[in-house]
Amino acid sequence: MPRKALYSLLILFVLGTGTGQAAEHYVIDTEGMHAFITFRIKHLGFSWLHGRFNRFSGDFDYDAINPANNRVRVTIDVASIDTNHAERDKHLRSKRFFDVRKFPRATFVSTAWEDLGNGRARLKGKFTLRGITKDIVIDVRQLGAGKDPWGGYRRGFEGTTTLHLSDYKMKEGHILGPMAENIEIWLSIEGVRQ
Amino acid sequence: MQLRNDRTRYGLIAILLHWTMALLVIGLLFLGITMVDLEYTHPWYRKAPDLHRSLGVITGLLLLFRFGWRLANPLPERFGKPWERQAALWVHRLFYVLMAAVVVSGYLITTADGQPVPVFGWFEIPAAVQGFDNQEDAAGLAHAWLAYALIALTGLHALAALKHHFIDRDPTLLRMLGRDWPPSSSANTHHVTEE
Repeated sequence: MPRKALYSLLILFVLGTGTGQAAEHYVIDTEGMHAFITFRIKHLGFSWLHGRFNRFSGDFDYDAINPANNRVRVTIDVASIDTNHAERDKHLRSKRFFDVRKFPRATFVSTAWEDLGNGRARLKGKFTLRGITKDIVIDVRQLGAGKDPWGGYRRGFEGTTTLHLSDYKMKEGHILGPMAENIEIWLSIEGVRQ
Repeated sequence: MQLRNDRTRYGLIAILLHWTMALLVIGLLFLGITMVDLEYTHPWYRKAPDLHRSLGVITGLLLLFRFGWRLANPLPERFGKPWERQAALWVHRLFYVLMAAVVVSGYLITTADGQPVPVFGWFEIPAAVQGFDNQEDAAGLAHAWLAYALIALTGLHALAALKHHFIDRDPTLLRMLGRDWPPSSSANTHHVTEE
């Protein structure tokens, strides 16, 4: 029957697009600022210096059934570095360190999501800073997901990784001393489902 | 020596302000240029900016007082052709504007995140304007270029003073050095009016 055939086609189509949309698309909530990119680095080996990047944007795809489809993209405005000390931030933005006029953006583009179960994963990707791209691995833990009180649907993760200062060839990176080689990154990312 | 200006002479207060601030302006420029290139491990890496900020605030406070002093005192007459006298007046006014702008822009760098400016540990100037996007960078750029303009104007001012002294042979420079003027025994210039 042509009508039956039409229905089956329709059902196939709906199912088809359904499975195609199993990966949910999220935009990182930088508007309501429920996302943080923070770092800490040792000061002379005596203490931790904390900082963060105040402006960035990004989105991710999340596929609960097939996590290999998960993807993350983040772009950071490097000039938004904030260590709660204007003179130091100015110094860090200069040619001696981040050289933000020449390299205004840092980016992260994921290449693989290795699901470890229990909401944990190893997120691999390419991180570009000062025009230098490095393969990095972020240890990810899903914190939660669900409906928010305002009619939306949110999903949030935290992530940690360690970067190496010398990788990014900052002109005066070495003056901070060997204690400052490791930069610990801590991310909290909340996405709003689109 | 008199403390206040009159129509022909600068008083002691104006002379002291002039030379103190000349030293401060030139000293702060060299300190500023030097300190930004100090190595992280240099003993002066922290001392030099501390000194620069403190002296900068002192300069700003002196400038406020000097501006008031100028308004409250007679302006001694200037020497030279009419356009030279006019130019001198505007150079002096521009000094006030530039000095104020350099002080304010420097203050805006340090206080951009809301931190106060400490002055030799004696007192602090709190932040007033903060939080503009990358305020410290814009203020830093302005601070540097205004300081270069100020030092260029200082050069012009010094050259003009030397020209008055060696070419025009008038007492412009000497009276700022505190030389008694007009000398009681001579009246060889028609610019001088008897009191």
